[in-house]
Amino acid sequence: MSNASSAPQHSTALPNGWEMVVGLEVHVELDTKTKLFSASPNRFGDEPNTNIDPVTLGLPGALPVLNKHAVELAIRLGLALNCKVQPSTFHRKNYFYQDMPKAYQISQYDQPINIDGYMMLPGDVRIGIERAHLEEDTGKSTHIGGTSGRIHGSDYSLVDFNRAGVPLVEIVSRPDIRNSDQARQYVAELRSILLAVGASDAKMEEGSMRCDVNVSVRKPGEPFGTRCEIKNVNSIRAVGKAIDYEARRQIDVLESGGTIRQETRHWDDSEGRTHTLRTKEDADDYRYFLEPDLVLLDPDQEWIESIRASLPMLPAARRAQLAELTGANKESESVYVIVERGQDEYIAAVANAGGDAARALVYVQQAFAEEGASPKVAAKDIATLTQMERDAKLTATQAKTILSEMVANGGGDPVALAAAKGFEALDTSAVEAMVDAAIAQQADAWAKYCAGEEKAMGALVGAIMKASQGKADGKVVTAILQARRAK
Amino acid sequence: MTKSFATVVDIAQDIASGKTSATEVLEQHLQRINERESEINAFNLVTTEQARQTAAQVDADIKAGKKLGPLAGVPVALKDNMCTRGIETTCSSKILEGWKPPYDATVVTRLQQAGAVMIGKTNLDEFAMGSSTENSAFGPTKNPLDTSRVPGGSSGGSAAAVAAGFAAASLGSDTGGSIRQPASLCGLVGVKPTYGLVSRQGIVAFASSLDQVGPFTHTVADAALMMEVIGGHDPLDSTSLPQPMPSLSSVLEQGVKGMRIGRLADMPDGCEPEVLARMDAAYAALQSAGATIVDISLPSLSYCLTAYYLVAPAEASSNLARYDGVRYGMRVETGDLHSMYGATRAAGFGAEVKRRIMLGTYALSAGYFDAYYGKALKVRRLIANDFAAAYEKCDVILTPTSPTVAFPLGDKTSDPLTMYLCDIFTIPTNLAGHAAMSVPFGTGAHNLPVGVQVLAPALGEQTMFRVAAELERAS
Repeated sequence: MSNASSAPQHSTALPNGWEMVVGLEVHVELDTKTKLFSASPNRFGDEPNTNIDPVTLGLPGALPVLNKHAVELAIRLGLALNCKVQPSTFHRKNYFYQDMPKAYQISQYDQPINIDGYMMLPGDVRIGIERAHLEEDTGKSTHIGGTSGRIHGSDYSLVDFNRAGVPLVEIVSRPDIRNSDQARQYVAELRSILLAVGASDAKMEEGSMRCDVNVSVRKPGEPFGTRCEIKNVNSIRAVGKAIDYEARRQIDVLESGGTIRQETRHWDDSEGRTHTLRTKEDADDYRYFLEPDLVLLDPDQEWIESIRASLPMLPAARRAQLAELTGANKESESVYVIVERGQDEYIAAVANAGGDAARALVYVQQAFAEEGASPKVAAKDIATLTQMERDAKLTATQAKTILSEMVANGGGDPVALAAAKGFEALDTSAVEAMVDAAIAQQADAWAKYCAGEEKAMGALVGAIMKASQGKADGKVVTAILQARRAK
Repeated sequence: MTKSFATVVDIAQDIASGKTSATEVLEQHLQRINERESEINAFNLVTTEQARQTAAQVDADIKAGKKLGPLAGVPVALKDNMCTRGIETTCSSKILEGWKPPYDATVVTRLQQAGAVMIGKTNLDEFAMGSSTENSAFGPTKNPLDTSRVPGGSSGGSAAAVAAGFAAASLGSDTGGSIRQPASLCGLVGVKPTYGLVSRQGIVAFASSLDQVGPFTHTVADAALMMEVIGGHDPLDSTSLPQPMPSLSSVLEQGVKGMRIGRLADMPDGCEPEVLARMDAAYAALQSAGATIVDISLPSLSYCLTAYYLVAPAEASSNLARYDGVRYGMRVETGDLHSMYGATRAAGFGAEVKRRIMLGTYALSAGYFDAYYGKALKVRRLIANDFAAAYEKCDVILTPTSPTVAFPLGDKTSDPLTMYLCDIFTIPTNLAGHAAMSVPFGTGAHNLPVGVQVLAPALGEQTMFRVAAELERAS
């Protein structure tokens, strides 16, 4: 899922001037020790039905008590998403299902804790956040027998209540997303923010971050079309694919004279298509009403401000800072990648040690993919390496060789390594001599190059690099050749 | 009238002083159970062995000179909707038959810590839905004062157990009058505390925003002592008030001099004349004790019954949805999940419970919510406003607890609406979240007891108990 935010995997334009309108509902499990309303552990991967208690199982007489840490994490996330934090209430969402122990889910309904936020995407695209509210997760069903893995047609079902009552925040975007790139960027950015503020481990593969996608299509300027909600979209890649598939499906229906039914659809990742899960007609009537076992959640302003003060610098600000330091575009892939890996502070340390931040950005992106936020190689040694390259004491190729060695050894002095390898950049007069020799040997290529065939330069450069055993600086060689031709 | 049985205060004192032993007291109560329980059916379960062990422990503690709790050795019965660890808790419903909770309700823990001896789990209208204890899967409870009559409900078993001398005190739950009405019909003191004063943790929910636990006792002093044991903040109940329990025993002798007693200017129809006569006597008694009587009105009173029968069933429809056959209690096996739900709930719930689940589900449904549940919530605010206005003029309000004395078994079972009218005076307190209690005040028709209800604002327990004690002295 790394750098999906900037991967140039552009969605193709929709035919005949259609526009898609997309909103996302993302559920994230909060990284608390215990559940939203009980002291039962919130831990993924334990033996089934071990993290349970009377509240989790909805035993008669058991009452919910709100987890303060969950509230704190929800507020952290809300503030990071530029939301207003307001006094909030809990409702009961009533429906029967075997992994829903009380036959109702405690969720926030008309008075959620966080409202009216936004997130910025590349190109200054602003995606509104309608709300980010607290609710409890359900248990997990496994359907045994049958072919589909679903309850219909199965022989029996097993229910694990370890997940029941795990705190969730549901982040609901406004329908501001207009293509699948933005949708993927949105999910990736949300994930980065969740990790940055420590609200969730946001692992889509373990289900601690889950996306539902609302898609409709229209002609620009027209009112919103009828939307379909797509469930089971379990990776950022799938978010893009499901949206593109669904928009095209809806356009096909509309262009062949049909109408879109409001319905919930299921994304089948292996087939690459959506299909109907349930229509609006057979949707549950959830009979929401105020949860009488809980009281108004009214965090005092002082607490909210202390949470705000404890927020770390968010990914967008860190990217801007890194871009400023390195001269790179803040929306470039390298900037996204470095911040996602948490290596921006390392690059700042390289710059502080007198290194070239722009070169450091390239080195770190290429060589430190496995290193995490605190690479083993000392920042001052990377600083030295960038200086040697800048001062033409090393060619780019040589610098890269030394960098690989430093990473492999977990550090090292680049000056000593360069000396040991006999690396020293050739002086320009030696290169001039090699250029002369190459022009003489490759008369054909030289003639073509002079006639304006740029590709022919490759053969000349190749010959010179070979003659120098790689010690010649490619940029210098190119510059000399261009100068000769210009004469 | 009720035979005079020993009070909680006397029993606790006599055991502590060594005049009698916890075991001896327990055996007297067990003896009475042996004699009359088959006739009364107050209990779903008599926990003889556990009670004997607890009583023996109390006696051993006395011998060892240990510090005793305020209820040491006092036999107490619990309504069978209170969770007791390892002991069946049925709510008088087939759907929970055989279920043993893995934990104790907070009130049960507090009784145990006070040294009380739990003698059994008492019968109730299924899931506390009813006013006569005839809606029980285990048969009706009879009124010990006249076994052709009901004890009231839904806490009829708890009332009958105390009235018959099976226990010195008991706990019930009151959602719309389920403590006060049976107390009235059985000649006992019954308290519905301010919402949030007593923990609901471990009480099987009927209507969570209305349910409160309270005691049945022979005397106001006993009720005060029981309240002091079970009341006070509980972190396991989010609706529990943060206040410590106020002292009640210490205010009982303070009298009512200078107090303003509210009298309903517009008394609803349907009260027996003997009941109204006892009300007049009650006002007169308080007046002669130095209080003044003020006429007040509660204009929204007539809407309360309707509002209650929307709010309570709505919450119940959600609270009782968990009895689905998946995790505990009864399960009727069928081929698939949805038919299992249907078959289990059809077989497990009785008619009144089903009626209320349907009523509540309907009231909360899309398209009907605003017209029913939404309106009922408005009435809740109206009655709260009415009370607020009334309490500017008076300190407490006096009404009958029940419009009638105990009625014959089967009298109202065929007409739910008539049964619902039993709670006309008790329901407004629950809707407002206030305090109220019923105090026996003489007899009415058929020489059966009449209860006077003392209503007080939220956390007005001290004033309420002062008035109740005065009425007790005058009766």
